Amino acid sequence: MAQYLMSVLHDSDSLAPPEEMAAIDVFNEQLQADGHWVFAAGLASPGSATVVDARDGDPVFTDGLYLESKEHIVGFWIVEAPHLDVALKLAAGGSKACNRRVELRPILGE
Amino acid sequence: MTGVGDEITRIHRAEWARVVATLARRLGDLDIAEEMAAEAFAIAVERWPVDGVPPNPGGWLTTTAYHKAVDRLRREIRREEKHREALMLFDTPEPLGVIDDDRLRLVFTCCHPALAVEARVALTLRMVGGLTVPEIARAFLVEEAAMGQRITRAKAKIKAARIPYGVPFREDLPARVTGVLAVLYLIFNEGYLASNPGREPIRGELTAEAIRLTRLVRDLLPADGEVAGLLALMLLTEARRAARVSSSGELVTLGEQDRGAWNRELIAEGHALVRARLAAGQAPGRYQILAAINAVHTDARDLRDTDWSQVVALYDQLVRLDPSPIVRLNRAIAVAELDGPQVALAEVDTLPLEGYHPFHATRADLLRRLGRSAQARAAYDRAIELAGNTAETAYLIRRRDQLAGACSWWPPPG
Repeated sequence: MAQYLMSVLHDSDSLAPPEEMAAIDVFNEQLQADGHWVFAAGLASPGSATVVDARDGDPVFTDGLYLESKEHIVGFWIVEAPHLDVALKLAAGGSKACNRRVELRPILGE
Repeated sequence: MTGVGDEITRIHRAEWARVVATLARRLGDLDIAEEMAAEAFAIAVERWPVDGVPPNPGGWLTTTAYHKAVDRLRREIRREEKHREALMLFDTPEPLGVIDDDRLRLVFTCCHPALAVEARVALTLRMVGGLTVPEIARAFLVEEAAMGQRITRAKAKIKAARIPYGVPFREDLPARVTGVLAVLYLIFNEGYLASNPGREPIRGELTAEAIRLTRLVRDLLPADGEVAGLLALMLLTEARRAARVSSSGELVTLGEQDRGAWNRELIAEGHALVRARLAAGQAPGRYQILAAINAVHTDARDLRDTDWSQVVALYDQLVRLDPSPIVRLNRAIAVAELDGPQVALAEVDTLPLEGYHPFHATRADLLRRLGRSAQARAAYDRAIELAGNTAETAYLIRRRDQLAGACSWWPPPG
């Protein structure tokens, strides 16, 4: 089994409407029932982010995202799947449920 | 001894995919499978002229490559025990209803939709076709290092993202087969009408390779109508190859081709495939329809003898499957033969294909036939500007310059 990060991409920080939230709940329950679930969360708006750099001693705090972009990550899942074909199906289900594009990326094994 | 040399070339073509595919499954690593297969062939080139070709060359190559790989893996594992885990590629457990052949796994892996299209093409030619990186780089006019990197990156993604080494899920199969066929057709088309100026306009080695790979996929998926359709389409197109470019390197259109120069053997094989599909009585997909259109063309003695109502009917069928402007453009070309250039031009002028050179070439031809020389000239100019293929450009320039002659007796307006 391998783990994959499914990042939800979006171009605004408005919250998902209730019908999308309901679809996400259904999807999450299915993930758990099928044994793919590891973790999932929604993220607060990019404006609330702080970049912290402590590589040179005292930490330096920068307000905002590390990369300016039109799209950003508004939430994510971590799922478990035996291989990419299964993970692609999960990502497709996630994209449908939350009505957003999803970036699927393998998490490095130990 | 060139005899053995030819024999090795033949064996390389016939056995490469099987050797790589078997090794990839047994070793769980595509990269090592490819490298060791190449090494085994190098050993064969050295030994067979001296020792003779073994009775089962494919088996000999697989075993030799496998032993080489095991030796190497042992050395690496000793060096770093934990690498052993990383070397396990996966195996989807069930064959999922289609025949389970390692080469089929290899084809589906190389044509996986999670890889970029250029990567799929390169990987398929390398892993399944056995072309070398320099050969593929030359075929696509890409720097050798860049092509090598494209293939390396694709292999790294297969490993890191765990692209399965197996046939797809049953419910994904039609879409995945379509994906494989798209890769094969892309290889064929690059050979058939090279997109780059400064290249030979037709490259037989690429069309031949595409046909060989499609034959292989057909052996592996014999019941699939679209695989048969694509093979038929390629054969019927390839059959006209010798007649398609003149001795001066200019594209010769269907109507002007010397039909005596067409390859009758390929046409017979293509027709047989099309007839078998018609007899199957299933609704045809796009490749089967395109093959049927080409079967009508290759059945006719000349352009006038062509059953254009049949061609238009087939295009109608294709438009229902794929109403894209390019399909409608091709349909309009057939309509011009059936209902005249005026009707065809009305249809063509509705298509949003400003950046597509065949659109302008078609308009130019229709306008020329309608005697609207000035407009035809402008359309030829635009087509020439956009066309990349040298033979096609040469043809368009001649056509345009023939208009110039026409202009000398055609009074200019005003």
